Amino acid sequence: MPSEQKLGSAIVDTVFANMVSSQNESSLLSSEGDSQRTQYPYVTGTSVIGIKYKDGILMAADMGGSYGSTIRYKSVERLKQVGKHSLIGASGEISDFQEILRYLDELILHDSMWDDGNSLGPKEVHNYLTRVLYNRRNKFDPLWNSLVLGGVKNGQKYLGSVSMIGVHFEDDHVATGFGNHLARPILREEWREDLTFEEGVKLLEKCMRNLLYRDRSAVNKLQIAKITEEGLTISQPYSLKTFWNFAAFKNPTVGAEGSW
Amino acid sequence: MFRNQYDTDVTTWSPAGRLFQVEYAMEAVKQGSVAIGLRSKTHIVLACVNKANSELSSHQRKIFKVDDHIGVAIAGLTADGRVLSRYMRSECINYGYTYESPLPVGRLVVQLADKAQVCTQRSWKRPYGVGLLVAGLDESGAHLYYNCPSGNYFEYQAFAIGSRSQAAKTYLERKFEKFTESSRDDLVKDALFAIRETLQGEKLTSHVCTVAVVGVGEAFNILDQETVQTLINEFEISGEEAPINESNVEQSGGDGDGAAPDQRGAAAEEGAAPMDI
Repeated sequence: MPSEQKLGSAIVDTVFANMVSSQNESSLLSSEGDSQRTQYPYVTGTSVIGIKYKDGILMAADMGGSYGSTIRYKSVERLKQVGKHSLIGASGEISDFQEILRYLDELILHDSMWDDGNSLGPKEVHNYLTRVLYNRRNKFDPLWNSLVLGGVKNGQKYLGSVSMIGVHFEDDHVATGFGNHLARPILREEWREDLTFEEGVKLLEKCMRNLLYRDRSAVNKLQIAKITEEGLTISQPYSLKTFWNFAAFKNPTVGAEGSW
Repeated sequence: MFRNQYDTDVTTWSPAGRLFQVEYAMEAVKQGSVAIGLRSKTHIVLACVNKANSELSSHQRKIFKVDDHIGVAIAGLTADGRVLSRYMRSECINYGYTYESPLPVGRLVVQLADKAQVCTQRSWKRPYGVGLLVAGLDESGAHLYYNCPSGNYFEYQAFAIGSRSQAAKTYLERKFEKFTESSRDDLVKDALFAIRETLQGEKLTSHVCTVAVVGVGEAFNILDQETVQTLINEFEISGEEAPINESNVEQSGGDGDGAAPDQRGAAAEEGAAPMDI
């Protein structure tokens, strides 16, 4: 009967229209239902600082892994070796860093398998990471990290950084996250081309102490890594001495009676 | 070589353990016009003879720039050479894009050789009919490689391929020991001498040859005709020594870094498989 048929076709039409529109929606802008995308990070590391010094590169990072505002993990190694010539430091999502380490492991493995006397240097690794991060960003599924990549190859020192959206650059001193705001001003004043190892470490510790006081996600347990033409060493974890005996801390309400 | 019942397809072995189709492909290289390469510690020179089909036509391009630090000279089926050059350029550009660094020439030749090998083991393909002299720089210095249709590749101090290349090789074998320390200009001169050897009396002018150089601090570039003609005039006017044209070559083991067994020796034994020249 005509009315039934019309109703039937109307139902079919709406069903079909829904199918078409939801298909359009999912093909243009992936909806939450059908794809895995990084929306926000879970366990994160805070700043990494890197500087060039006389013999190579020095890098520092603390060992904290925060879960939001909780400092959940206190022995996370955020500085790692990459092949013969490079050192990587990561801030941001720790699981994404672990994924990046797997990519780098495979990259270095295939490079060694050529067995031909050529090897990927820090510049090549930095560029490779830039390509990976930028391509993930374009797919709206970023690896939520800011990375510092440093190394020495054939006497040439290299230090660069790359962010989760693929912004990358090279410089004599770099930092991620809060390090950009708290450490780099110190480095701009006090960094020199010919820093010795001891001077470089002192400079990094000065920056890390500043971060410890002012960055809520910093923990007082850090590692410093050094890479030179000869090789790489990552220090054992240690803590910085801090000073809290300021008069204003001892008697915080002196200027505002009644507050706490 | 004569036709036989094992030479129809590349996937058929002969009882003597030879792949005739691959060997026929290497014949194609020997029929092409000559290409030579020589290297010092810091520079590599490629040169080739350009034979135009007729006076009316232009000659075929046999030297290709693959990247700033790599160039290639071909002999044989130039169409196959063109396609392989495009592949090499593509590989170099992709590597440069990912790593912001030049592709080491040693890796490029291995990729090329693997590509050639595939064609020796597929019934629906044929081997590439072109020999490539790949000149390139990498971290470890200047390199010259020869890639052949069989999928083998060798590194050389100096080499020549194509028809009448034996004459050039004779010249190069006499001179190669001093190439390592040669200056760029001496290297170019030696290349031109070697080319002259293959012309068997024909006059050497910049119209019949092409020369290209790549070296530390010098991107791969093909020298223009005037420059080449000037160089030719210089040594002809100064009456530099005309190298002796020997047709009987003594088997010399010192052919640079390459392991290339003597062609005549292999041909003398019918049963043995001739390796690359």
